[in-house]
Amino acid sequence: MGNDTKYKARTFRAVGTRPVRPDGIDKVTGRARYGADFSMPGQLVGRVLRSDVPHATIKKIETAKAEALPGVKAVITAKDLPDYTDGDEELYAVLDNCMARKKVLYDGHAVAAVAAVDEKTARAALKLIEVEYKIHKHVTDVDEAFKPSAPVIRKDCFTTGVKPRPKKASNVSACSEFGHGNIKKGFKEADVIIERQFKTGQTHQGYIEPHACVGSISPDGSGDLWVCTQGHFVYRQMCSQLLGMDQSRLRVTSSEIGGGFGGKTHIWIEPVALALSRKANQPVKVVMSREEVFRASGPTSATSIDVKMGVTKDGRITAGEATLRYASGPYPGSWAQLGAMTAFACYDMPNVKTTGYEVLVNRPKTTAYRAPSAPMAAFAVESVIDELAKEISMDAVDLRIKNSAQEGTQSSYGPVYGPIGIGATLEAAREHPHMKAPLGENQGRGMACGFWFNFGGQSCTSLNIAEDGSVTLTVGTIDVGGARASLSLVVAEELGVEYEQVKTVIGDTGTLGFNEMTDGSRGTFASSMSAIVSVRQAIVQLKSRAAQIWDIPVDAVEWKDGHAVATGRGAKNRQPLSVADIAASAAKTGGPLAGHAQIVADGAGVSFATHICDVEVDPDTGRSTILRYTVLQDAGKAVHPTYVEGQFQGGAAQGIGWALNEEYIYGKDGRLQNPGFLDYRIPVCSDLPMIDTQILEIPNPNHPYGVRGVGETSIVPPLAAIANAVSNATGVRMTQVPMSPPRVLEALDEHLAMSRRRKRA
Amino acid sequence: MRRYDTRDIAVQYLAPQTMTEAVQALAESKGRVHVLAGGSDLLARMKGGYLEPDVIVDIKRIKSMSVIKKRAEGFSIGAGVPCIHMGRHSALKKAWPGVVEAAGLIGSDQIQGRCTIVGNLCNASPAADSVPALFAAGAMAVIQGPKGERIINIENVVKGPGKTSLKKGEMVERIQLPVKQARSGDAYLRLTPRTEMDIAIVSASVNLTLDRAGTVTEARVALGAVAPVALLVAKAGKALIGTQLDDEALETMAAACRDACDPIDDKRGTIDYRTRVAGVLATRAAKLAWQRAGGK
Ligand SMILES: Cc1cc2nc3c(=O)[nH]c(=O)nc-3n(C[C@H](O)[C@H](O)[C@H](O)COP(=O)(O)OP(=O)(O)OC[C@H]3O[C@@H](n4cnc5c(N)ncnc54)[C@H](O)[C@@H]3O)c2cc1C
Repeated sequence: MGNDTKYKARTFRAVGTRPVRPDGIDKVTGRARYGADFSMPGQLVGRVLRSDVPHATIKKIETAKAEALPGVKAVITAKDLPDYTDGDEELYAVLDNCMARKKVLYDGHAVAAVAAVDEKTARAALKLIEVEYKIHKHVTDVDEAFKPSAPVIRKDCFTTGVKPRPKKASNVSACSEFGHGNIKKGFKEADVIIERQFKTGQTHQGYIEPHACVGSISPDGSGDLWVCTQGHFVYRQMCSQLLGMDQSRLRVTSSEIGGGFGGKTHIWIEPVALALSRKANQPVKVVMSREEVFRASGPTSATSIDVKMGVTKDGRITAGEATLRYASGPYPGSWAQLGAMTAFACYDMPNVKTTGYEVLVNRPKTTAYRAPSAPMAAFAVESVIDELAKEISMDAVDLRIKNSAQEGTQSSYGPVYGPIGIGATLEAAREHPHMKAPLGENQGRGMACGFWFNFGGQSCTSLNIAEDGSVTLTVGTIDVGGARASLSLVVAEELGVEYEQVKTVIGDTGTLGFNEMTDGSRGTFASSMSAIVSVRQAIVQLKSRAAQIWDIPVDAVEWKDGHAVATGRGAKNRQPLSVADIAASAAKTGGPLAGHAQIVADGAGVSFATHICDVEVDPDTGRSTILRYTVLQDAGKAVHPTYVEGQFQGGAAQGIGWALNEEYIYGKDGRLQNPGFLDYRIPVCSDLPMIDTQILEIPNPNHPYGVRGVGETSIVPPLAAIANAVSNATGVRMTQVPMSPPRVLEALDEHLAMSRRRKRA
Repeated sequence: MRRYDTRDIAVQYLAPQTMTEAVQALAESKGRVHVLAGGSDLLARMKGGYLEPDVIVDIKRIKSMSVIKKRAEGFSIGAGVPCIHMGRHSALKKAWPGVVEAAGLIGSDQIQGRCTIVGNLCNASPAADSVPALFAAGAMAVIQGPKGERIINIENVVKGPGKTSLKKGEMVERIQLPVKQARSGDAYLRLTPRTEMDIAIVSASVNLTLDRAGTVTEARVALGAVAPVALLVAKAGKALIGTQLDDEALETMAAACRDACDPIDDKRGTIDYRTRVAGVLATRAAKLAWQRAGGK
């Protein structure tokens, strides 16, 4: 027991059940407090002035008129956020993105901010700030930016990861390579080789709740931040560094979260709110508008990917090669690297090579989006695999099964896999009734696989038992996808009490040690591991208190089904003591009962999924309708199956949006044309079929209950599954997402024209 | 009449109880004056900071403007009638299924409870859903103003994107649909990438009347989102008259539709796409209208 967190097979009592979510009523009645719902006495309204040009040097910012406007309490520019980053380039990029220092680098880049008594005054003040720009040429397309002739966004950008280091600055900030074997040899062994180029549009996470926070810095230099975030400890770390404060002087309290999907792992307006508060000496609330969310926070990379794969006639993949160009916004990123690592991760590749290029563009700074970078790479690779299957007349599922990675396979990005579920999800897909359902005219079926690493990391939890025996678990990892319900189940399981007896809350940064953010699908995996250790600590205490009450040695006390049980000679006439029994006399036996844990949750366990999708394409308009969708994914152990299914469905829904309609559209002027939900089309309910799910449970050996993260993998296969379905419905290979109606119609036309030309020739 | 200011956007809000009061308020108010019907365009634009009216005149408290009436000259739909009421009016639905469907496509359930077809018309968006259907139906707009009432063809209300022919002090009181003829039917179709909560990339509406033999005697074809204003395409209508909607007639009509298109390339669609799909939707709408008119 104790700190041994390896998996042990067991039967579960609480884990695997589906109790009602603890946050449900407050959320549906509007009582739950989200980012913008927090208010302070004397609070000001903060608003940000954003650049309407994509690339320019700031020559002058004139703020005097705005400052003179009655009701304006503070106006800040980059000057009010002095550079404390001390050579840390990544942090400097964060700072520069929060408030442009010398240059604006994209449409929507913050240049100044005001705090005023009300919204109207704040808006009026923004209009009074005059910014003088020296305009530079801009580039927003990833392929254009990659060209040597492109306008160079950063004069100090010399590609890293290539030898020799280039002497000329370019928009390629880094190059990374992965793989093993000999691809030349591999392609020689192939009977069929397919090579294709793919492009994906830039998408936004599309969380419904915009970024919102209240910042308050007192004249004594200590501060508070109430904020909607995926990681308040990380927000504290970054904000305090950027403001030049000790971390412990800043307390960050998280709100409920209306979606994040990676976009709330990064700070945007928070240092601005704090700097405004520091200057105005009053609390300041900043809430982004939807337009600001689109223009200035969070999108994922637009990409351009080349894939080449070879296969033998009997279906053995002999080699795979991919070159991936990922736009990272105007700051260096490592997004292409993640694409290069994940591209072939589902397969046992004897010869594989991937190269990722990070490309700067005049678009907002790229941030993580659910399994960041993997969906685009999977789109490219899984499309080519489908084509290979067709070429050798093999079933697409069978080809994948034949080549799927297994325990012991060396992954395409290096490590050797432990027990994994790709084969199992594929077998389940093959047997699924969806695979055999009939299809009508203009309809097609597609399937695809996806991989994600998952992550664990630092976690810290406290378990406190009240005098009545009810239990509070305090965690420091934000509940984005239902972790509170799952963690209460885990505590109930481990302690042997009822689910209803346990309440899980999120502590602020003053109450616990550092916790990583809710990213890498780590929330339930890492927090539950820490919670289990907390419970085990508490059980040690509970047993020792029982021993005291009974006046027998501790080792004569066992913990069973939520009770201290006396064993051996002491057992006679001693009724087992419940948690409540022991808690009732805590004051007399040594004080409060608690269990505290701080761990690094290693061994998150990689995750795989297979998706199946049916689509109908209107041949005259190019419009696609998703008819049926099935997700099969390995969850290790589904703690609360309803939430797991919700994660599967959510990822699929987001993937469907990405595949069909979502994309950032830039004008020639470098400005974002569609910063709103009307023209940036995430799917609405009626666009989606009921998404079927099948949970597989292949225990993760590194978690006491076998849990794996489940949140991200589900967004990896959809682009490819849908593209394969559309291609099967139309007979035309789609190589660009989103497959919006105009784009599909154009592809159909081109195909028709080409086959006519062929006939004539 | 109530008057009060909102805090953040200083705007005078008037809520007249009668038509006369409303016209008076519109005529006498200074600055930028806007009628407020459902507000699903107006309030959204105000909140977005795109529009800062000085006075808004809410017409939803005027009882006479909030009803659908069957009159001798046909159905009358008041400017305060939310679209959801049109969908629940079975006689109206039976007579003008195309118009009701077009109105029913606006927004979502929440929007439906507020939005009006007159607001849809007067907002003067080239993509407004109900407008092509009203064109095809041959609707009239009844306008009230300081100089009294005037009744004009629906095609003459909108002048360009965001522009109407209404003069200072004028508002649309109601929409008048003609008496539904025997063996007639209308239909409206739009193309949106999403199923709802979306804006038409292209739309088409067709209204047909047949004789006993099933030959088209009257035809009106209208298009949306393919020009600065919705279009009534006379040539397209003509192509169907005297036919029984054979393939050749349909193709002539579709070609006339494509010819009439004068769209823009923008984030929502290309010129080519819009032009081409205009023909597709018009053909499909014609077939549907024909069916509804009893064509076999
Ligand atoms: C989420 C959402 C989805 C939408 N989806 C669609 C859609 O699918 N299709 C579509 O076509 N539209 C859509 N719209 C736009 C809008 O809902 C429609 O145009 C609606 O019909 C407007 O009606 P309203 O009564 O709300 O107009 P209001 O907003 O009240 O008014 C619109 C304009 O018309 C003027 N006006 C209103 N009534 C009169 C009158 N009687 N006389 C003179 N001027 C008048 C107003 O001053 C204002 O300028 C959507 C809007 C939203 C917010």
